[in-house]
Amino acid sequence: MTGETAIVEFERVGLRYGTGGEVLRDLDFRLTAGSFYFLTGPSGAGKTSLLKLLYLAQRPTRGAIRLFGEELSTLARDAMPPLRRRIGVVFQDFRLVRHLSVFDNVALPLRIGGATDVEVEAPVREMLAWVGLADRASARPATLSGGEQQRVAIARAVIASPELIVADEPTGNVDAAMAQRILHLLTVMNRQGTTVVVATHDLSLIAATPGAQLIRLENGALTDPTGGLRNPAAGSFGPRR
Amino acid sequence: MNWLFAPLSERRLIPGGGLRGATPWVIAIMVFVMIVVAAAGLALSNVAGLVARGVSQRYSIQLADGAGRQGVAVFAARSAPGVVAVRPVSPAEMRATLERWLGPAGASADLPLPAIIDLDLAPGADAAAVGRRIEAAVPGAHFVAHADSLAPLLTALKSLSWLAAALVLLVALANAAAVVLAARGALDTNRATIEVMHGIGATDRQVVRLFQRRIAIDALLGGVAGGVAAALALLVVLGTGSGWIAELAGGAALRAGDVLLLALLPFAVAVLATLVARSAVLTALRTNL
Ligand SMILES: Nc1ncnc2c1ncn2[C@@H]1O[C@H](COP(=O)(O)OP(=O)(O)O)[C@@H](O)[C@H]1O
Ligand SMILES: [Mg+2]
Repeated sequence: MTGETAIVEFERVGLRYGTGGEVLRDLDFRLTAGSFYFLTGPSGAGKTSLLKLLYLAQRPTRGAIRLFGEELSTLARDAMPPLRRRIGVVFQDFRLVRHLSVFDNVALPLRIGGATDVEVEAPVREMLAWVGLADRASARPATLSGGEQQRVAIARAVIASPELIVADEPTGNVDAAMAQRILHLLTVMNRQGTTVVVATHDLSLIAATPGAQLIRLENGALTDPTGGLRNPAAGSFGPRR
Repeated sequence: MNWLFAPLSERRLIPGGGLRGATPWVIAIMVFVMIVVAAAGLALSNVAGLVARGVSQRYSIQLADGAGRQGVAVFAARSAPGVVAVRPVSPAEMRATLERWLGPAGASADLPLPAIIDLDLAPGADAAAVGRRIEAAVPGAHFVAHADSLAPLLTALKSLSWLAAALVLLVALANAAAVVLAARGALDTNRATIEVMHGIGATDRQVVRLFQRRIAIDALLGGVAGGVAAALALLVVLGTGSGWIAELAGGAALRAGDVLLLALLPFAVAVLATLVARSAVLTALRTNL
């Protein structure tokens, strides 16, 4: 809706890896602050690539991306860490640090932000309780189940209260009940005002999230027949039944 | 100090993220070589300096066959401006010297005895003028600067001490290269962790801090080990030979300042290794987004 703050704006964005063809083409959309987005599309459509642009793991090869009002294509490398701290990322492969305990993994963003051990203690305990892992604080990631690792990854992504949460197939490796539980954590964050972008091809998740908007990628291009993403009306991308 | 030492909770991120394996030993060996070579170079340079200073104002008048004209030469020397001491070498001394060189034949009275008169000139005296004056007064006399006859030896000593300095520098470079390789290795081992840290918003400085402490400690351990070994080696070598060197050169082979310099070498190497590793890590990190 006009007047809503865009947290992300893509303008004719293209991405190619090395000398290959474009894996993302002519992406033109904006994400409004405080919304919940699902990014869908078949495997290989470019979902992970688009998320990488969002969480500053890639620069676009053409076009312009504005994130939190900053133009990324001209952003100096040194200016990226502060932006990254405003984004919580749940990687498709979790990327937990395997020689760190669950506690230390979740504490990582706070420590990188400069928090002392004392300052870290209470928030991390609280966060671990929230994701249901209070009793696994000292465990190594390798000793956890897939669903537990996923929740550690989510706890780490949200602990520093980011403005944007990006989750790449966060329910890919868990059963339906755990998927609902993980989705619930993300919707709670969204209700507190965080913008959430979740890549998934799990239609049941989308159906279970009224009010969420849909971004559909196919072959690296947006299929957005209504044009709603450029100027989305609230709820217009809600679940179709 | 925060840029140097990350807190323990952050250091857990990089288990053993220092110069693992053989690197501290490589540093120890390099430091050992550096100190021994540097000590040898300093000693050579000191000895050369002492010898040069000892002979810089010393000259001789040589009369090949002129034992009889020694008196004339002594008189000419004494009256020359700038001459502060004149020491004729006595015929007995000359004979003893010749005997040492030629055996019993040197003691023969038939052998024409050369005369030598040692002179000390005042600092700044015009040696050439003194020489001309004496050579004019005593035909056939040769006026010789001791420094001239020692020049090839002094040049050799100086060249050797420069060579030692160059070797120390080369070893320092090799040491830096070894540290760079080790730092890159540590970086590769921890690539996954570093990617996660970057992704979460860590700066390069925060990442490099994790490596710096272990690298500094490992470099220091290696440096001190090499330094202690070198000190022992030098004590044995100089301890048995220093009396002889002092006698020969008229002073100690190593002065207090030299010893201090050598003692600082391991620490300089540790600091250098840490800085080099830091910049190697930073350079490697900059290739990432
Ligand atoms: N690092 C990479 N280098 C080269 N090609 C890549 C890389 N990552 C992804 N691709 C290619 O880009 C396309 C989109 O991949 P991806 O973004 O992972 O899609 P999705 O997440 O939707 O499955 C695929 O054809 C994939 O092979
Ligand atoms: Mg993917």
